[in-house]
Amino acid sequence: MNIEQLDFYTQAILSMAALIGLTSFLMLGQGRLLRLIFLFALQGFLLTLTTALAAYSLNNHHLYISAVLTLVLKVIFIPWMLRRQVLQMNMHRDIEALKNNTVVMLGGASLMIFSYYVLHPIVQSSSVVMLNALVVSLSVMLLGMLLMISHRQAISHVVGFMSIENGLFFAAIVATNGMPMVVELGVAFDVLVAAVLFGIFFLHIRTSIDSLDVDLLNKLHEVDK
Amino acid sequence: MNWLIAVLQTMLFVALAPLLAGWVKYCKCRLQNRKAPSLLQPYRDLIKLTHKQPVVSEQASWLFIKAPYIIFSATVLAATVVPLIAVDLPTSASADVIVMVGFFAFARFFLALAGLDVGTAFGGMGSSREMTISSLAEPAMLIAIFTLTMTASTTNLSFAITYLLNDGLVLRPSFVFALAALVLVAVAETGRIPVDNPATHLELTMIHEAMILEYSGRHLALIEWASQLKLMLYGVLIANIFFPWGIAETFNLQALGYGLLAIVGKLAVLAIFLALVETLFAKMRLFRVQEYLSFAYLLGLLGLLSHIILEAAR
Repeated sequence: MNIEQLDFYTQAILSMAALIGLTSFLMLGQGRLLRLIFLFALQGFLLTLTTALAAYSLNNHHLYISAVLTLVLKVIFIPWMLRRQVLQMNMHRDIEALKNNTVVMLGGASLMIFSYYVLHPIVQSSSVVMLNALVVSLSVMLLGMLLMISHRQAISHVVGFMSIENGLFFAAIVATNGMPMVVELGVAFDVLVAAVLFGIFFLHIRTSIDSLDVDLLNKLHEVDK
Repeated sequence: MNWLIAVLQTMLFVALAPLLAGWVKYCKCRLQNRKAPSLLQPYRDLIKLTHKQPVVSEQASWLFIKAPYIIFSATVLAATVVPLIAVDLPTSASADVIVMVGFFAFARFFLALAGLDVGTAFGGMGSSREMTISSLAEPAMLIAIFTLTMTASTTNLSFAITYLLNDGLVLRPSFVFALAALVLVAVAETGRIPVDNPATHLELTMIHEAMILEYSGRHLALIEWASQLKLMLYGVLIANIFFPWGIAETFNLQALGYGLLAIVGKLAVLAIFLALVETLFAKMRLFRVQEYLSFAYLLGLLGLLSHIILEAAR
């Protein structure tokens, strides 16, 4: 089925999927922590919109609840918490020098192609229209991992981890029309707990190596390399 | 009859280009709390320049004198390819969008040569910068255009626009990216603010102005006119590809009139956006232009990918 024959809501969801992919790419190239957190909140907001749209077009009411959960957790609470930590540790003026930015970006594009290649047989064999967006959700996960690999600040790692979770959540919406409510609530609280735990970890990393740059963790080696 | 309309459309292009430049300037002045010059000021400038005697350096070769004519005619030829008020014209049917990009490259080549020809430091600097920027902008532009051509399965602008019109209102994810990429490239290619400042002769920041610093009189008028035409071409390209509604598909007077009205309205709105961007943003450092254009390229690439991934037929 071509995109011209789909209804407007599906078209909108597919466009949102593309924009979510774009925010992942933008996060990959962002060296400023506050902007990174803002982009993460933006991704969460797009995810909320997608969930609400899916809830409306599929007439699936419990998706509204997960949309609200996403809004509260990933758009408001976690970005607010990360932002507060960045401001407290006085890191908002630092710009992380990203090594090989162009290579990382091209790597991101090839990850997208890779996820298309991997998921192509599955997407082909199914008749669910929104499944096309599954490719985007897989690439959001892979891009989150790439973000964790290419950035050095611990906060960027947390953002990368959370965006992997965004990708998973998105995959759940487009592939299964929303997981059972219990699972979703569980995942949401897991994310919440993870966010709080990360906050404690930041504190510990900072007291032991006086920075959040994870490359400096090598200092903790007992033997000098 | 069709050829007559094609010729008329091209003349309209050439005639309206200074007006668009005047409108952009007007909006910009109003946004910056300045008193705006009349909308007809670009015409007056062009007329004044044609009456002046051109001064040509002794060191200049024949290329320096011929270049303005070549640049202007190449830009006019590029204008024949782009549908302005009507689709399905013989000129736009015989050449596709790659030819248009080729005309732009041709004009730019001669502009850069003319900048180098006199041997001044500024000319060479301007040419070098222009070629650097265009070598990054051209792939980004082509990849944004390819998104359109993959959707419509043709590189011909006229047929592509007809295809989009017949489809009606479809929200295509790839077009969002292609639009963003094309806007970024258009700003870079026409030398507007985040990349180059058209209103300044401050020597360190000039790109386009540096190349044409040695020109005067009617040569300068032709080059200015060509760059106004280029601005309008990009505007029409963006307006008619992404918002094609209103363009005439039949050649009766009413449809053509509506087509003209539609494109004038669309360009006026686009120009307001351009003026807004030029007011809100500062010019960026030359070495950041590379990041800006690679972002445009990335957007174009994502457009292509999302066309394949999200819009593919099954």
